[in-house]
Amino acid sequence: MAASAIRNPSPASAAAVAASRSAVSTSRSILRVPAASRRSLVVAAGMRPAKAVAAEAPTPVAERVNGAEVARPDAMGRFGKFGGKYVPETLMHALTELEAAFHALADDQDFQTELDGILKDYVGRESPLYFAERLTEHYKRADGTGPLIYLKREDLNHTGAHKINNAVAQALLAKRLGKQRIIAETGAGQHGVATATVCARFGLQCVIYMGAQDMERQALNVFRMRLLGAEVRAVHAGTATLKDATSEAIRDWVTNVETTHYILGSVAGPHPYPMMVREFHKVIGKETRRQAMDKWGGKPDVLVACVGGGSNAMGLFHEFVDDQDVRLIGVEAAGHGVDTDKHAATLTKGEVGVLHGSLSYVLQDADGQVIEPHSISAGLDYPGVGPEHSFLRDIGRAEYDSVTDQEALDAFKRTSRLEGIIPALETSHALAYLEKLCPTLPDGVRVVLNCSGRGDKDVHTASKYLDV
Amino acid sequence: MAFALKASPSSTSSSSSAPSNHPRLRSAAAMAMPTPGRPASRAVAAASAAASLEPAVVTPSPDSYWRAPLPLTPAASERIPTVAQAMSRARAHGKTAFIPYITAGDPDLGTTAEALRLLDALGADVIELGMPFSDPSADGAVIQASAKRALAAGATTDAVMAMLREVTPELSCPVVIFSYFNPIVRRGTRSFAAAAREAGVKGLIIPDLPYDEIRAFRKEAIQNSLELVLLTTPATPAERMKEIAKASEGFVYLVSVVGVTGARANVNPRVKDLLKEIRQVTDKEIAVGFGISTPDHVSQISEWGADGVIIGSAMVKQLGEADSPREGLKRLEAYARSLKNALP
Repeated sequence: MAASAIRNPSPASAAAVAASRSAVSTSRSILRVPAASRRSLVVAAGMRPAKAVAAEAPTPVAERVNGAEVARPDAMGRFGKFGGKYVPETLMHALTELEAAFHALADDQDFQTELDGILKDYVGRESPLYFAERLTEHYKRADGTGPLIYLKREDLNHTGAHKINNAVAQALLAKRLGKQRIIAETGAGQHGVATATVCARFGLQCVIYMGAQDMERQALNVFRMRLLGAEVRAVHAGTATLKDATSEAIRDWVTNVETTHYILGSVAGPHPYPMMVREFHKVIGKETRRQAMDKWGGKPDVLVACVGGGSNAMGLFHEFVDDQDVRLIGVEAAGHGVDTDKHAATLTKGEVGVLHGSLSYVLQDADGQVIEPHSISAGLDYPGVGPEHSFLRDIGRAEYDSVTDQEALDAFKRTSRLEGIIPALETSHALAYLEKLCPTLPDGVRVVLNCSGRGDKDVHTASKYLDV
Repeated sequence: MAFALKASPSSTSSSSSAPSNHPRLRSAAAMAMPTPGRPASRAVAAASAAASLEPAVVTPSPDSYWRAPLPLTPAASERIPTVAQAMSRARAHGKTAFIPYITAGDPDLGTTAEALRLLDALGADVIELGMPFSDPSADGAVIQASAKRALAAGATTDAVMAMLREVTPELSCPVVIFSYFNPIVRRGTRSFAAAAREAGVKGLIIPDLPYDEIRAFRKEAIQNSLELVLLTTPATPAERMKEIAKASEGFVYLVSVVGVTGARANVNPRVKDLLKEIRQVTDKEIAVGFGISTPDHVSQISEWGADGVIIGSAMVKQLGEADSPREGLKRLEAYARSLKNALP
């Protein structure tokens, strides 16, 4: 039986769990950039009291990766060579201000208390770590061996995806900055919905930029945003998808920077966004560590997440980057196939470049023009990727692979049928990768897959392709 | 008539029919051919692109092509002033420098070449040439559309540089390239800088490479005698503005608005005070750009003491939105003249 593979925690590890839970469960630490440079011991880290960082701001996180001291990011906002602030001069002061506010709020008890309360009572955290029994069964070999599949249920958050973790924190931050107008870009509409939601909750004016093509394929989310009181502005430039919506949001911010906060929705963009958005999502990995300890008295062996810009993946990975025994796998969108010109597999096929404010891998032609990506999933249909993913790829800490539209659709259906969970098409990419991954894994290996969003928004798209 | 045209719009074909007479082009072809590992077809493509000025699709060249910069003809490099020289010369003559911007390759590179000659003949002190980019996040609708047209017409970096190699020796004012950073990173900063120098370019404006990041490119710029013009804005704090003014080369570019490029009804009144503030921390010339489109605007800015005015979107509109290239050049001439006449 698959269930029997879930070992009961030993008394010793149970004690560790209790200790770690008491410290980590103060999700107050969500905003805290650890001051001490790294964890030497996982449980010890969990027990370490959260420490104020304001005095050290903007001292970045430093981590020991593959034996070398590597700051993530350094004072310039760089992860190795990636990251930085490649934006028009007009935005530079706002970015400095934002970074200072981020660090200051890490030490602000009122802010932390408010954020904790909202994450718990409004977002519905923590999200469950669910043992996917029938998926596990599905991947068992003839001899009955195989990996154990767990889903981190970010799809159960309010608004149906992980995106709300970041949106709610940034909305609170905007209030502290005294900015009443919020802008955001959105691809699948999940970040747009999350942003519109928190703007409604906090009484902020909200403008969402969305590619005209995305508005069509995510019509339901457009209605949700409007229902929530947001203004959705169609972007017709370029391919009318996420990259163009992002460029337009940047232009709005350049124009209205004095009154407006830009809630960037991924671990992309100029510093401090990649760091800040990661910090707001790292609760995913922190909960996973605690829940894994609780369920089986250990760590996950393999983490799998889909990667467009990469926020749900960074949210899950970050906690485990120092745990060299935990494999990190990001799954990109291969569209019609990475050897066609219709895909969005940036880390697989991209070249180093600068897009939307940071140095990272970018899908581009030999002349440095950004290529129009393709994915059936609007949330992965982006020609860039968060700079920290580029860094983790280059140092070999994380692995990145890709699956096609068709493979994602198959997984969309399979997960619906086997688990009664309709995953987002983005998440379906991670789920599809199990087909490649599971046959290679030894018996009893524990895979935690970030179930980053629910698929209600995608049924219209999927119905065009799937025969059910 | 105060300004004689060096070349009329109709002369495009005649100027491109005998390109091999030009010493720089001859040397480009000669230099390119024997480069090891470089396919001959590519050399021909590059040479013919330069010769015909057609927006030919040039196979993107490998680094090797750009890595060996051609020695500039001494006469040409000395004759054309640096950006700083052109700016201080204008100031010495009591003039406010006229700095028009056009997008390379919109509607085609042949027209761009003619427009460069035309603007030079009309008395431009510096010309800003925009490299088209797929995601111009600092630009408003007019320049976005212009870049899109240019890219659709095949304005690759190679093709633009080839055009400049032919045209810059004929000009009396320096050309500054305005390019987003990605095409520079993609080609390689060293290779891009060498290509710009070889094409007779004098300076660079990189709108998404702020002061904090310039070390990524500064060395290459210096090695290739390219002046790196930095921008300061109304949103830039005083201390930072001081640093930028200190580091900027050629001139200090004051962005007049908090916003992207594109015409505005009125000039931002803050420009007057900003000019004074910058003047207190630098002796360098200051040019004002973004949002400026009418003779009234330029004379206002000149009155406030700017050393130069930069006209972008409005200029691009004349050229790119006309029914034909010929019509566009005519409109550009009339428009540029109206601005020039409004300046001291």
